[in-house]
Formats: sequence, structure tokens, C-alpha cells
Amino acid sequence: MEQFLNIFLGGLLIGGIYSLVSMGLSLQYGVAKVLNIAHGEFLMIGAFATYWLQESGVDPLLTVVIVGPVMFLVGFLLYRTVFTSIRLRSAHPGIYESNSLLAAFGIYFIVQNIGILIWGTTPHSYTYLNTSISVAGALFTQNRIVAAAFAVVIGIAFYLFLTNTRTGKAIRAAAQDPSTAGLMGVNIDFVLALCFGFGAAMAGVAGSLISICYSLSTSMGLGYTVIAIVVVTLGGLGSIPGSFIGGFVLGIIGSAVSYWQPGLTVASYYVIFIILLLVRPKGIMGK
Amino acid sequence: MNFSSINWKRAAMQPGIPVLLLILVALAPLYGSGYIVTLFTYFILYMVLSVSWTIFSGSTGYISLASAAFYGVGIYAAAMFGERMPFIFVILIGGIASFILAFIVGAITLRLRGIYFAMFTFGLVVLMKEVIHYWEITIEGTRGHFVIYQSNETIFYYLLGIFIVTMIVAYIIRKSRYGLALASIGENEEAAGHTGINVTMVKVITFAISAVFMGAAGAVMATKFTYIDPGVAFNPMMSFSPALMAIFGGMGSIYGPVVGAVFFSYLQEWLMTGSLKNYYMLIFGAILVLTIIYLPSGITGLIQNLWRRIRGARSAPTRG
Repeated sequence: MEQFLNIFLGGLLIGGIYSLVSMGLSLQYGVAKVLNIAHGEFLMIGAFATYWLQESGVDPLLTVVIVGPVMFLVGFLLYRTVFTSIRLRSAHPGIYESNSLLAAFGIYFIVQNIGILIWGTTPHSYTYLNTSISVAGALFTQNRIVAAAFAVVIGIAFYLFLTNTRTGKAIRAAAQDPSTAGLMGVNIDFVLALCFGFGAAMAGVAGSLISICYSLSTSMGLGYTVIAIVVVTLGGLGSIPGSFIGGFVLGIIGSAVSYWQPGLTVASYYVIFIILLLVRPKGIMGK
Repeated sequence: MNFSSINWKRAAMQPGIPVLLLILVALAPLYGSGYIVTLFTYFILYMVLSVSWTIFSGSTGYISLASAAFYGVGIYAAAMFGERMPFIFVILIGGIASFILAFIVGAITLRLRGIYFAMFTFGLVVLMKEVIHYWEITIEGTRGHFVIYQSNETIFYYLLGIFIVTMIVAYIIRKSRYGLALASIGENEEAAGHTGINVTMVKVITFAISAVFMGAAGAVMATKFTYIDPGVAFNPMMSFSPALMAIFGGMGSIYGPVVGAVFFSYLQEWLMTGSLKNYYMLIFGAILVLTIIYLPSGITGLIQNLWRRIRGARSAPTRG
């Protein structure tokens, strides 16, 4: 029973982070239709930015306030410079999707290797809120709980933003049908760039939160990209609540598999992904 | 398959200069140093990979990122059968195993939308790497395998042979009715289905054929490594490189991927030998982004366009 609780709560804690990363990818892929394979690299940059700032004395949790807006700006400009022109040149949405996937691979190589040139390939870590507390008999470090709580708060806040504001409404309209939304007076290039920027900001903030509880390296990104792709497929394309819930589901599954067979954790994600594609490519909350 | 639409006489006459180049390359071990042979081996390897990638992905528009998986299957075929049978059979096994894997993967995934196919094939490489790694560590208690040694010249000539077969097959597919079916799938899959093409079948068979050459090339290259493990065999870069080379070279002509392969393998050779590995990857990424934005038809497309302009109004372009 105690083991079960340990696996379950551990899965929920890491699941909070997965949710935030996946919501970011869901915005980029579900709405802006860019399967951003470089998503995890933005996370890596966020993590290292926090590492950098905390070395000069800034509280790691406060760095979120800097990392978020900066990554948003990077993502926004990236969409306006690269993906908008690909979108306008593509004959039909299929070509846009495959070309933007390839461009995202290019960005992946660029960002990762800039990271390696600056920070090298050795892992880095620092300690923050490193004391353990007991949750229903299972021991967890404080930083993991704080990170998960932050991730959940940001996720819920973003969901409220989507449902309650005009801009949020425009994003949801663009997710359903970009061309019709454009006809209804939504500035579609702006909204898609906004989505891409929010996605990058979420990846960056998730990176900051990851850095306060786990060690960081320049090659950490792709693993999170893979998790985010699986979660987005699991939750349903373009469904923000789906990605939010899917993150926790995958967190618990990953936590269970890594308890029994640590060597098969990544393989299990792919098995889930393959089964999903075969049985229900729309995902659990997809329409 | 109906080949009557191919003008065999023209097909035999046209490739005069490429055949001359091919003969020059084939004689490289006679006049060149060992370094030249190794360099050309890598050129030919990437030519095989990018031409066979183009056979399927270039015409249908489905981006396959599974090249590394088929290449890796070939490598493992050589590791498992290399000591027991002649080299040529090992190569055939590598090709056939890749064909079967591609057929199964294609049959499962080629009904899905293109973007899911791309994600699935990318996942396949990592999945195979993880599972084989796990298998070796926990079941066999080893890590990696030894591969029987072959001389550099043997590797070079086998690879050259595979390259020639690849080019001939790519040419036949492009010029036959079958290639026309593929191209129409690339332009509008639904319309292609309505004209009576068995869309899924054509896609799956072509995907499997393109995998044969990657597997065979893997089986040959494995003997160069002498020792392999899942990390070497299933390196995702072997999926990205052929795709970039083909896009950069241009997929409108059969020579485009060849040009792209030579360009990038030379760039790689030049930058990877020093401590500039990360700069190569950075430049690789930058060229990928710039090519997609500014050169959608690649280098050969650019040259063809320029050539048309130089020749002026005598033959106006029929398209675009």
C-alpha cells in the first residue's frame, strides 16, 4: 500500500510538470499546427537561465517572472519570422505541417548546439528547498511539491485566460478552424504567433521548475519533447484540458514503470503512443 | 507494373556524364589514397540513404524519419549473421529484414495523416534503440556486438553496387505508371484514390522498397564499425541527414538527393574531424531552416530555374 502511494504521489508530482510542458506543445501543435520538436530545447534554455540567475543570487522561483516573458518573446518572434512565411508559401495545410516540422528540427539543432557551446555537456545542479516532508507516509522533497504546485497554478490560470478573455476566445476559435476564424475578424497571424509564444513561455517556465528539483544538462530537452508529444496525442489535439489531465496520467504510468523496470520507461511511452495512434488517434478528449 | 511508357533508348543515352563520373568514382581505390576511399564510402552511403528516402517521401510528401531504424536493422543483421554466411547473403538479409519491418510499419501507420506518420517513424527509432538496449543488458547480459571485418575496398564496392541498384530502381519508379500514381498521391491523395489507385497499397509497397536499400547499406557499413551497440546502430541523425540532404539537393530531379548528399557529407567530414562537431550541427540546423523557407525546390530546382531564364523565351516554363 505504501509503495503504491509512493508511486502514485510521485507520478502526480512529476505529472504536474508534464502537464505544463504538454499544454505548451498543445498550443503550438494543436492551434498553430507546428509540431515543435524543439519544444524541449526551450525548456532546456529556461532551466539553464534559472541556473544562471540563481548563481548570481536570485531566488529560483522568482526567475519564472523573467524566464516566462523572455521565452514568450522568443517564441513569438520565431513564429513571425520562420513559420508565418512557411505557412503563407504552403499550398495546403499538409505541406505546411510537414515543412514546419522539418524547420522545427532545424531549430532543435540550432538551439541545442548553442546550449552545448555555452554550457557544455556535463550535468549541472544546485540545491533549493531540499528538506523532505512526509505526505501520507511517503517522503518527498519540498522542492518537488513546490514545483508541481506552481505548474498546476499556471496551468489553471492559463485555462481561465482561455475561457474568460477575448484573446482566449480568439485562440479557441483559431484552434477549431483558422481560416473561418480569420473571416470572423481574428488577426490569425497574430493569434497563431501568440500561441507559439505562450507555448515557448510554458516550456521555459517548466524548465525553471524542473531545475529546482532535478539536475539539468543540455541534452535534457528531447526527452521532454517526446513526453509532451505523447501527452498531447493522449489528451487530444488542441484540447488544453486534455493535455492537462494527460500529463498526470503519463506521470503516474511513467512513475509505475520506472519503479518496476527503469530501463523501459522511455519505451513504455512509445508503446502508449503506438497503441493510441492505432486505437484512438483523436486522444481521450479529442473531438 | 507497366514499363512501356519508359523510353529505354533515351534512358540509356541520357546519363552519359553521370556514368562517366560513376566510373571515375569506381576506380578510386586504384588511384586514390585510403583516405579518398573512406571519404567516397561515406559519400555513397549518404547518396544511397537520401535517394532511397526520396523514392518514398519525395514523391508522396509523407516525411519518414525511420531511415535510422532500417539502417540500424541492417547493422544488426550484419552483427548477427556476419560470421555464419557469405557477405552478400548478410546484405540481402539486411535488406529483406528492413523490407519486412517497413511493410509492417507502413501497413499500420500509412492510413494515418502525414504528421502522425512522421511522429510514429521518429518514435520507432528511439523505441528500437531502447528495447534492444534493454534486451542486451538484461537478457543477454552484454552490451553491443562484434561485427566481422571487411576491407575498405570491399565495403566501397558493395556500397557502390547498392547505389547503382538504388538509382536504377529510383529511375524506373519515377518514370513508370507506378511513379505517376505516387506523384498523384503526393498532390492530392483523395483524388488519387478516386481515379482507382489503391492508395494505401502503393504507399506501403513503396515505403518497403525504399527501406531495402537502407537496410542493405546498414549491413555493409556495420563491418566498418567492427563493434556496434544500439546507440551506434539507431542514431536519429541517420534519419534527419537523408531528409535534409534530399530537400537541400532538391527532390524534383533524381540527381538532387545525390548533390545534397555529397555537399553535406563533405561539410560533415570537414567540420566533424576537428573540435567543431557542434558547429556542424548548428550549421546543419540553420541550412535546414533556410532551405525550407527560401529554397523549397532545392539546389537542383534553383539551377533548373536559372537555366530556364538563361535560355530565355525559346522554351517558356510550363509550370510555376
